[in-house]
Amino acid sequence: MSMRSLVVVPILAILALSGCAGPQELPPVEDKSVGAEAAGAADQAPLEAEDLLAKKRVHFAYDSSTIDDEARAILEAHAAHLAANPRIKIHLEGHCDERGTREYNLALGERRAQAVERLLRVLGVAGGRVTTVSYGEEKPIAPEHNETAWRLNRRVEIVYK
Amino acid sequence: MRLKQLCFFLLLVTCNLLLAPDGRAVLTIEITQGAETGLPIAVVPFRWEGPGKPPQVVSDIIEADLARSGRFAPIAHKDFFSTPHEDRDVVFKDWRLLKAEALVIGGVKAVAGGKFQVQFRLYGVFKEAQLAGFRYTVGADMLRAAAHQISDVIYEKLTGEAGAFNTRIAYITREDARAGVVYKLQVADADGYGAQTVVRSPEPLLSPAWSPDGKRLAYVSFEDKRAKVYVQNLGDGKRETLAEFKGINGAPAWSPDGKRLALALSKDGNPEIYLVRLDTRELRRLTHDPAIDTEPAWAPDGRSLVFTSDRPGQPQIYRMSADGGEARRLTFEGDYNARASYSADGKLLALVSRHEGRYHVATLRLEDKALQTLTDTALDESPSFAPNGRMILYATEVRGRGVLASVSADGRVRQLLKFEEGDVREPAWSPYNRELQYKE
Repeated sequence: MSMRSLVVVPILAILALSGCAGPQELPPVEDKSVGAEAAGAADQAPLEAEDLLAKKRVHFAYDSSTIDDEARAILEAHAAHLAANPRIKIHLEGHCDERGTREYNLALGERRAQAVERLLRVLGVAGGRVTTVSYGEEKPIAPEHNETAWRLNRRVEIVYK
Repeated sequence: MRLKQLCFFLLLVTCNLLLAPDGRAVLTIEITQGAETGLPIAVVPFRWEGPGKPPQVVSDIIEADLARSGRFAPIAHKDFFSTPHEDRDVVFKDWRLLKAEALVIGGVKAVAGGKFQVQFRLYGVFKEAQLAGFRYTVGADMLRAAAHQISDVIYEKLTGEAGAFNTRIAYITREDARAGVVYKLQVADADGYGAQTVVRSPEPLLSPAWSPDGKRLAYVSFEDKRAKVYVQNLGDGKRETLAEFKGINGAPAWSPDGKRLALALSKDGNPEIYLVRLDTRELRRLTHDPAIDTEPAWAPDGRSLVFTSDRPGQPQIYRMSADGGEARRLTFEGDYNARASYSADGKLLALVSRHEGRYHVATLRLEDKALQTLTDTALDESPSFAPNGRMILYATEVRGRGVLASVSADGRVRQLLKFEEGDVREPAWSPYNRELQYKE
């Protein structure tokens, strides 16, 4: 267990750092994720996109701002929606779980919101249409003090204005 | 160790049930560990001379203060052989038999003008000598303060160190009211009595920080749907916005001379430590790093600061000069050390340290960088030293609720401060100065 966390922690840390290093560090758009590939199947594409668009939250690993495949698929759907509706603006709220200190979590929540903002920009959403805020650990959606709640609370909320 | 602590827990000493002016209990304080190791002291219930009941039972307040410090073990009143109120009535043999090392007697008398005369004497039982004796004449609203001052005198005479009873704490509460969530920044006496709401908001409040003169609080409020830093006078409630830049405005910390605050601002893209002068609002950026830099705290001499940075990949404590320059890493033990603050003598840092996925209050001795974990609960936050450096107040979670707790700087004595309702978090212990009493 401790060996495992010894390995996992530095990897997460590297991922977290690479997540905030700048747009050029993000995986290229061509690097197709599960969501994007699924969207390629003609029959289910509209339904799939709608389902993804209905999801207004993306979640993160502990102490990480790395966007995983599931989150990426959701954000691609929102980017496509924003491209089709050029007058819509969105607000990104970064959140953390309750563990750790509040001000550090405020910073971590901002890093998550910025990671989402950067990906949306890479996906063609103009910077002026996206605003960000971090609430840190102050606004949990799950009030419990366990892994399930913590996973839900580590998130960026996409709020359409 | 676990079992031992459980046993301590079962030895709960319910120290004090404090009543607000309307009779409602504000908070109870339980000593959960270490109460049995203090110096045996007998506090004889003070004589009351006046109509009806006294507005405050001064001797109970003193006794509770002394017990709470963990350095004294008050002797049960039922064991007393005598209850002297005057010097001539003291029979030292009575107290030697009880193994009391110190004895406190006194009285409260209603005098002209609605005031009260409080008198006390402290004796060393084995020396058979008076160690201190004072008389105070105060209004009813200052009776508790007078009691805390007496506790400070007793503490200082018997331990050789300053007491911190006549101080205050600031903290944040969160309640789920029917009309929605309510956050409050509150200030209370160090024993939890006399809580007053300084700010009330439907949006989160955090990071209260006392000015060195104890007259103002800086804090972070989300009332405008984002984090801004405000400075508020406790006397007249007037406040000003100190920082409302783009991004995070957070983590205010007053310089020891009260002229500047350190802040964490992300206006340049990621959180950096800044200093802002209160008079001119002149900003000075101290850190330049793509990592998170936050939670600054000043050394007591005002010449350097510590802060949290995740430049090594996880949060650790760094120190740098208040004039800028290189930051040097202070913590190497463990993969998460954050939110450090200095003891008044500058020798220790209190901080949050993670061990095996659990977040504890710990101290770092700056001389040799020794890290000592003080708590065994899992979600401990916001450690704050008492101004005498002996106790650390912090926030933790008990049975799903946020509560305040304190631990002695040596880890020996622990206690829980239990509020009636809601979550309580983000405690900050005031400095000594208290010339301005906070009133409604």
